[in-house]
Amino acid sequence: MRFTRHRGAIRADLDDVELQVLRQLAGELLALVDEPEVSEDPLAALVGMPPGEVPAPEDDILRRLLPDAYRDDADAAGEFRRFTDADLRTSKRANALAVLQTLPDVPGRMTLSRDDVDAWLGLLNDVRLALGTALGVTEESDLDDYEQDDPAYQTFSIYGWLGYLQESLLSCVEPRLP
Amino acid sequence: MTAPAELDSPDTDSLVDRPWVTIVWNDPVNLMSYVTHVLIELFGFTKDKATQLMLQVHQEGRAVVSNGTREQMEADVARCHAKGLWATLQQD
Repeated sequence: MRFTRHRGAIRADLDDVELQVLRQLAGELLALVDEPEVSEDPLAALVGMPPGEVPAPEDDILRRLLPDAYRDDADAAGEFRRFTDADLRTSKRANALAVLQTLPDVPGRMTLSRDDVDAWLGLLNDVRLALGTALGVTEESDLDDYEQDDPAYQTFSIYGWLGYLQESLLSCVEPRLP
Repeated sequence: MTAPAELDSPDTDSLVDRPWVTIVWNDPVNLMSYVTHVLIELFGFTKDKATQLMLQVHQEGRAVVSNGTREQMEADVARCHAKGLWATLQQD
């Protein structure tokens, strides 16, 4: 499977395994960036005010997907998170949902609109960030670093495949200017 | 976006005048082609300029991609995070 462009249409042919893997990963990402459990002031929630405090995630993967905006100022980073965390999670969930909607029900051809492409690029990148963080990859990481019976071998294989997919999709489109 | 924008130390004029910057940090996961693509889409850079900044991130570990008021930089950092770039803001 790779993305190609034919007469303006961006498409890919998915086999059974590819379809299952992509559906599972998009679903896992969707669950990962679900709304955090915060004790909301019901009155503030009613009038659409942001929550009183949104703690930084303790999980390494979520910290990479939802990073601090300030390196050396925990208070400012906390304030930023308080005002932006919900929107950031929502945008990532929207990408995952769009990908799930574009995936065909059965193995076969999938055609993407230009808006779909943006959602796919974002979702593929988020899943790669999640897997890459879980694996602790570096720029030198290679499949040969793992033994074939190591579960990380398969994870790294999927991580590499998603990078190949993302690269093929990028080669199909030009950036859209702001 | 509503954003907190209180300066913590409003005691000197020079501090207030210093611009804020958005910094993109190197990351072992993000594809070079994707970072270039996102920099063009978010900031309207030419392909050459975006490629130059992407290479600076890759080789030097970081690059300043925009500057302005604290509010503007908080908005830029939020847009970078939405695309998966590792970005922070600070006073220059």
